Amino acid sequence: MPEAPYLLAAVAVSAAVTWALRALPFTVLAPLRASDTVRHLSTRMPAGVMVILVVYCLRDLPVTEPRVLAPLAALATTVGLHLWRRDALLSIVGGTVVHVTLASTVLAG
Amino acid sequence: MRTSTVEPGARAAALRDSGSVGLGLVPLGLAFGMLVTQSGVDWWYASLFTLAVYAGSFEFLLVGLVGALAPLGTVALTAFLVNIRHVFYALSFPLHRVEGRLARAYSTFALTDEAYALTTGEPARTWSGRRVLWLQAFLHLYWVGGATAGALLGSLIPAGVTGLEFALTALFTVLALDAVRDRRGDLPTPLLALLSALVGRLVAPDQMLLVAFALFTTALVARRVVTRRGRSADA
Repeated sequence: MPEAPYLLAAVAVSAAVTWALRALPFTVLAPLRASDTVRHLSTRMPAGVMVILVVYCLRDLPVTEPRVLAPLAALATTVGLHLWRRDALLSIVGGTVVHVTLASTVLAG
Repeated sequence: MRTSTVEPGARAAALRDSGSVGLGLVPLGLAFGMLVTQSGVDWWYASLFTLAVYAGSFEFLLVGLVGALAPLGTVALTAFLVNIRHVFYALSFPLHRVEGRLARAYSTFALTDEAYALTTGEPARTWSGRRVLWLQAFLHLYWVGGATAGALLGSLIPAGVTGLEFALTALFTVLALDAVRDRRGDLPTPLLALLSALVGRLVAPDQMLLVAFALFTTALVARRVVTRRGRSADA
């Protein structure tokens, strides 16, 4: 278990970075808006960053073991539900329920 | 409360405005709180995380990072990269309507994706600063309340029940699908991202996010330079 000073420092660092990213642009907006490259990146980064984060979440898949089926089935559920209904909450809850059910019962590792 | 003399309906209206998003925030907060206790830290860290950081998707990552005792530099960099998108919210968020230094400070602090989405839509054009501020406070409350309840309930979950962390994978999957759909026809962007992530995973498993984000950003800039050069060569 992580120690309290480390946890508190991690929270402080995270809060400072997040708040700075939200507050500072209101004062330094003009040059940012003018930058073509920043605008170019800003329209493309979200899609890419999310793709990278999905891969990051799945980085330790146990590909040689049967229990890999739990995250794969859950991922298929989330993607399928989302393409079908476009309801974020339904897609997230659906995939998570499939994952918890499989990982806790038949595919418990 | 001073607010009620200024504008009687602001708080009640904000409560109504916050309902739809609240329905999503509470269950996600519950999942987050359960994950916090599952990762082995005390329940009240769920309240602290959600109160002080208040950046939904990043907080899920933060639990994983501190669980692995990641260096603070990695924590800061991940916070930066995951939350950099907020920079662009300043272009249209109605902060000019919020009055008072403290209120404005809180309003920027609580400028989440959900708050941005609700306050910049067509129906929000006429909302007062008070109403915007109350809305942000309600959303924050749902998130902290959900996480705290989840953390307290989490200790009641039988030991054999695992796999809740998939809520985060599912959240990012949904956000990725929506973001890719918004960029219809721009297949190179998600492909470059996927490639960057796989290279990061293979080359530097311990610093995967750092390598992947750096590769991806470099690839985007390189692609822009190349297409620009191609265009000026045509001209």
